[in-house]
Amino acid sequence: MIFIRLVHTAIELSDWSSKIDDPDTGAHAWFAGVTRRKTTTASGAVRITKTLHYQAHESMAETQLRQLAEQAKQRHSLAAVVIVHRLGEVPIGQASVLVGCSSAHRSDAFAALPWMMDRLKADVPIWKRETYMDESTEWIHP
Amino acid sequence: MTSTAPLRILLFAGVRDAAGCDVANVSVDHPVTAAKVIETVATQIPAAAPLIGVSRLAVDGQYVAADHVIERTDVELALIPPVSGG
Repeated sequence: MIFIRLVHTAIELSDWSSKIDDPDTGAHAWFAGVTRRKTTTASGAVRITKTLHYQAHESMAETQLRQLAEQAKQRHSLAAVVIVHRLGEVPIGQASVLVGCSSAHRSDAFAALPWMMDRLKADVPIWKRETYMDESTEWIHP
Repeated sequence: MTSTAPLRILLFAGVRDAAGCDVANVSVDHPVTAAKVIETVATQIPAAAPLIGVSRLAVDGQYVAADHVIERTDVELALIPPVSGG
């Protein structure tokens, strides 16, 4: 099973944990990406973020997330995958993304999480805009 | 044989802010490649030209290569600047 959702409200692990249940799995693994307050720039300066805002090309993002979940399922022998990404305003310290998967053995579930996150951060059309404490804003285009 | 036709391209994030709108309407000569479409959008929105230069084009929800030829039947074009989800 694959569950892909773009949401505009807080992401709670308890809302999603049962989605990867499968009696033939022995490993459930989760990763939550959380909005961070401090960013150290290349020059060594520290910028303090007040809040973050996420924008997406929603239909394409859902398609891309489903494709990467299907690839991860095949590549890592997963039973189920959940990917939830929050859009709009995300206060500091809250989850912006939740990725979960289940597999028969832990090595597959452990390996699948960074694989999926790396692809999400490379290809899925979602962008974050930082609002710093001085009220300046910046779209992040790495 | 070439012919000029309008294209409508969805804009996002830093490019959208620089353009002040969420769609770019450009006129191009068909047949046209994805690279030429991106170049044309950069000319129209010079404030975001460096960012547009590192952006990718998506056709109907899928990334396409620079030499991909845009078809008149393509429903949706989107300019995708470097992403930062997660």
